[in-house]
Amino acid sequence: MKVNGVSHPAPTDPRRLLSDHLRHDLGLTGTHVGCEHGVCGCCTVLLDGAPVRSCLMLAVQAERHEVTTIEGLARDQAPLHPVQQAFHECHGLQCGFCTPGFVMSVVGLLAQHPSPSAQEIEEGIAGNLCRCTGYASIRRSVLRAAALSSPLVGKRRDGAE
Amino acid sequence: MTTRWFGAPVQRVEDDRLLRGHGRFTDDIGEDALECCFVRSPYAHARIITSIDAAAARAMPGVVAVYTAADLPFGGVDLPLLIPHPNLTHGRTQRCLASDIVRYSGEAVAFVVAENRYLAEDAAELVQVEYEPLPVVITPEVAARAEHLVHSDVPGNIAAEMLQEVGDVDAAMAAAPRRKRLRFRYERGAASPMEARAVWARWSSDEHRLTVYDSTQSPTSIRGGLAVLFSLPESSVDVIAPDVGGGFGPKIMLFYPDELLVPYAAMQLGRPVKWTEDRQEHFTAVNQERGQVHEVEVGFDDEGRLLALQDDFLHDGGAYTPYGIILPIITSAQVPGPYRIPNYRVRFRDLYTNAVPTSPYRGAGRPHACFVMERTLDAIAADLGIDRIEVRRRNLIQAGDFPYDVGVAWQDGNTVVYDSGNYPVLLDKAIALLGPKPAGDHVGMGIGIYVEGTGVGPYEGAHVQVLVSGKVVAATGIPNQGQAHATVWAQVVADELGVDVKDVEITSGDTRRFPWGVGTFASRGAVTAGNAMHVAARMVADKARQIAADHLEADPADLELAGGRVRVKGSPDRGMPLGAVAVLSNPVRYAFGGGTEAATQFAAKPRPGPPLQDGEQPGLEATGYYSPPGSTWASGCHAAYVRVDPKTFRLEILKYVVVHDCGRVINPLVLQGQIEGGVAQGIAGAFYERLAYDEDGQLRNASFMEFLMPYATEIPAIEIDHIETPSPLNPLGVKGAGEAGVIPVGAVIGSAIEEALGVPITEMPLSPLKLYELSRAHPT
Amino acid sequence: MKPPPFEYHAPTSVDETCSLLGSLEEAKVLAGGQSLVPLLNFRLARPAHLIDINRIDGLDRIYERDGGVAVQALARQAAVEDSELIARICPLLKDAMRLVAHRVIRNRGTVCGSLAHADPASELPAILLALGGNVTVVSRRTQRVIAADQLFTGVFETSLAADELLAEAWFPAFSGPSAILEESRRHGDFALAGVVRAGDALALFGVASRPVLADRRDPTHGLQPSGDLEATPDFRMHLVRVLTEKAFAA
Ligand SMILES: Cc1cc2nc3c(=O)[nH]c(=O)nc-3n(C[C@H](O)[C@H](O)[C@H](O)COP(=O)(O)OP(=O)(O)OC[C@H]3O[C@@H](n4cnc5c(N)ncnc54)[C@H](O)[C@@H]3O)c2cc1C
Ligand code: FES
Ligand code: FES
Repeated sequence: MKVNGVSHPAPTDPRRLLSDHLRHDLGLTGTHVGCEHGVCGCCTVLLDGAPVRSCLMLAVQAERHEVTTIEGLARDQAPLHPVQQAFHECHGLQCGFCTPGFVMSVVGLLAQHPSPSAQEIEEGIAGNLCRCTGYASIRRSVLRAAALSSPLVGKRRDGAE
Repeated sequence: MTTRWFGAPVQRVEDDRLLRGHGRFTDDIGEDALECCFVRSPYAHARIITSIDAAAARAMPGVVAVYTAADLPFGGVDLPLLIPHPNLTHGRTQRCLASDIVRYSGEAVAFVVAENRYLAEDAAELVQVEYEPLPVVITPEVAARAEHLVHSDVPGNIAAEMLQEVGDVDAAMAAAPRRKRLRFRYERGAASPMEARAVWARWSSDEHRLTVYDSTQSPTSIRGGLAVLFSLPESSVDVIAPDVGGGFGPKIMLFYPDELLVPYAAMQLGRPVKWTEDRQEHFTAVNQERGQVHEVEVGFDDEGRLLALQDDFLHDGGAYTPYGIILPIITSAQVPGPYRIPNYRVRFRDLYTNAVPTSPYRGAGRPHACFVMERTLDAIAADLGIDRIEVRRRNLIQAGDFPYDVGVAWQDGNTVVYDSGNYPVLLDKAIALLGPKPAGDHVGMGIGIYVEGTGVGPYEGAHVQVLVSGKVVAATGIPNQGQAHATVWAQVVADELGVDVKDVEITSGDTRRFPWGVGTFASRGAVTAGNAMHVAARMVADKARQIAADHLEADPADLELAGGRVRVKGSPDRGMPLGAVAVLSNPVRYAFGGGTEAATQFAAKPRPGPPLQDGEQPGLEATGYYSPPGSTWASGCHAAYVRVDPKTFRLEILKYVVVHDCGRVINPLVLQGQIEGGVAQGIAGAFYERLAYDEDGQLRNASFMEFLMPYATEIPAIEIDHIETPSPLNPLGVKGAGEAGVIPVGAVIGSAIEEALGVPITEMPLSPLKLYELSRAHPT
Repeated sequence: MKPPPFEYHAPTSVDETCSLLGSLEEAKVLAGGQSLVPLLNFRLARPAHLIDINRIDGLDRIYERDGGVAVQALARQAAVEDSELIARICPLLKDAMRLVAHRVIRNRGTVCGSLAHADPASELPAILLALGGNVTVVSRRTQRVIAADQLFTGVFETSLAADELLAEAWFPAFSGPSAILEESRRHGDFALAGVVRAGDALALFGVASRPVLADRRDPTHGLQPSGDLEATPDFRMHLVRVLTEKAFAA
């Protein structure tokens, strides 16, 4: 399987959850585990570009697929991904435990709805629990992320304009 | 002090790491640690008949150890009772692992250590325990009847009883033109941080050193306790609360069994050991809160003025009282809230039940108190046909009344004295912000005003140091669980030292960096550690002025710290970088880089005499402490419009406003987040979440599928305004803000639903089902 | 909360899947895993063998046939939600998707898995029933078509035999007046009670051991819902009446 563009050997234990494999076998501890039954969304990663729950997949199932974790969104010294940047600007995180899952879900949401309506935002982040923020700042972050991701702003970020 | 940073909406310095997935939570720490799993009692009350049989589990490949009470040197010792109190006449705590009687479903019985968690769970299933079920006591009402006992040697199931009276309630009640009796009920709730608990430990036999990572709210206390238990000097024990994924109260509880077992196993087995709680066990292994039943009598006059209030309440303590009786003490103290009550009597009984022990959860006894008071005022308003807002206005403590002595006991051993506030203005602003009522049927308005004692002692400390690079590092003992400590304390320090906030790096909750302190709870971080940072930073600034004065040949009083330099006021060119002052603060023999040649023995000497003079210490650093003389009292007013669908009983919160006063605001962005998050938890506790124990003491909804923590779709936008009445008690004038958001929400939502649906609301939490049943019982 | 041990099989064809299903005891099909893996993590399911069908190529088609739309075993709920074909010929199915969990779960969860799982509070079985659809099941022995009203037999129970794979579901085209309404505590949760209207047909979910057809004029006739923490039998009956009225008012 490929994780953040790097190939890894197949996991050996079939019952190992993808979340545990990423965290404990590959050391990608940015993917968090909050419930292991699919409700909290902390463990959300991209599978071939679409967000999925890594606690509800066996690691062996990710073979032949591409997994992107929060660590793969922006390379170490590179600027933050627009969604990450928006969470920072809008105080969209407090303890940060839910944050990687939210960010991955929002990446998926914006791919589906680049300029999401209020309802699309609500429903797009419903599926991720946050105990700290009360979601208000996360809604603001999604709007900001949509603005930062729009082609115009994208160009400016690259210094092309 | 220039206040360049204090008060500014500074964006958080901790975000980058967390956003990139580079946070460091306890379970992120691996180092080949062995992993563990508890065997927990499936019964709420039972006797363990035979000795526990772990042979099959021990024999399983991959299993390294299985511990039962019999295997532990401290297996027969009761865990500490953290906060003893004279009224806690029958305090009881559990043992690390039960061997005789289990008193709640989820109580730990055995502990399996294996190569990984999967194997540990497999092995845990093989541990044989034979139980003889005993009668179960669940809910405080049942406990009070005492038909069965939770502890056979605790009569009446009463752990503690406490009666307080201010004025003469009987006389005032008898003389009151009007009286009312009311009954209120608040069910248990759970904090449910997104990160459950976790502990990681390593014993280094070479260095004779124990290192523990713990998702605790109080690493300093854990360190103290481990040192006692293992007979180690405290200096050989390091406890670190790394990034913590939310605390909200239950992580201040200590010691949970794992907090002893994980370090013990690491010492025994000579390998790092880690235990990470899963969500299912979190529901029954971690302390809960909120179960109370109040019987209230209120006497008032024809204008709705309060003359006497009596509250007799039961508190659901759960199976043990490790945290003492802090919760019912807080409730007792906070019922009067922002109102003048000339005669007040409060009695509580803290009762044992066969359920998870209770200890503070965000709000800690206050949401119930606020619910009792605000619902009582609503009842008075309804009785007299006076507007609810007007009744409140007539009873509020006025701006000129501070300090205001309520006369009842407070959780720090003092009595309750409000330091400052302006409650009438809070109310006026909230009403203005709320605006006119939206059109339509089944719309109701709710309002609630509260005070919150924050910033309790005993103390916190801080260490601040300027490095030769000019950067500043600072540390305090209290850990961070998302409250942006690293940002707000950096703001306090940066102002004092005249540096950029980005140049201040804060470490918190790491006993290696700062071994003293208490913990993060009771909305106390900003007040205690914030002021300690301020004190320490000021000491460093004074020292910097002194050293620079010698070199600049100036009077220290003429120097200021700004732009990362110490410079002469009025002639900013005459000065030196702070880093250079740090170099000079440490006279050296060897220049080891970083400009240190300036402090070697052949460099120009600023003054005669030995390099360090009497009383001087090397290094541009200082340690400061702050110990509050009393609590600071924050306050606020919430108001809302809701609509309830009269057929489906769906709740729609149309508008929710908050006006808040926590004294001087360090960072409005962070404060807004604290309030928004608090209100969301309040809404969750008012309409979505409950802990559904059945008569057998089984928690029937121990998963996120059934314990309904709301998603974004259930939480409305919240409008916030502030007033600032600085606290006279501390140099920064700040009060705590962490818990405020949650306190009045039950009262507000309850009041609004009562109006919207025309049914009496006397309990929390509500649900569509409950509203359906209420509306059937009270047809309009 | 880690899965108990099991033997893992990843067949790459339907035939291979059928022969595994036909030869292994206590085997379970793993499709989207959005219901099965939570059960494994809670150790409430303990299959000896897990047969992961996700490596079968070409089993994720959504295509038109026989005046309706067929959804194969590996077609994800999200793909159904986004399908223009389904929006055109069976908009009710598309509308229902919004109510099934959350998008992130629908990215993995399958329509057929939801039908096979047969949660009585689930939306999709009720849609299949209201529309009069069916499923095609295959095994080493045979291939057969089961009509919706013959498929759901009880709580988490279907008329599928242990060796059968639910290969595809078929929903008839429908463009008449339709609605799916439910009451759930949180967005994306299973329903306390729900109704599906397709023309004059009415199917209820969350109020019996399986989805049931009902008469719009007396929707609770013969109904004996169970009670739980969030709804008593009485409240469920009440909600059925309220939702039915709404569904037919539109
Ligand atoms: C948080 C959360 C919320 C949810 N909310 C809802 C909701 O509101 N409404 C709702 O309907 N669902 C909900 N679900 C369930 C979700 O829709 C599942 O995806 C669906 O029920 C099962 O589909 P699956 O493909 O994931 O099946 P799996 O989980 O893989 O399998 C489920 C069961 O069906 C069997 N099975 C699967 N496919 C086949 C097949 N082709 N042939 C034979 N047997 C098969 C499996 O053996 C297993 O027993 C929720 C899930 C989660 C985690
Ligand atoms: S950990 Fe996967 S959804 Fe909660
Ligand atoms: S920021 Fe703490 S759970 Fe979301």
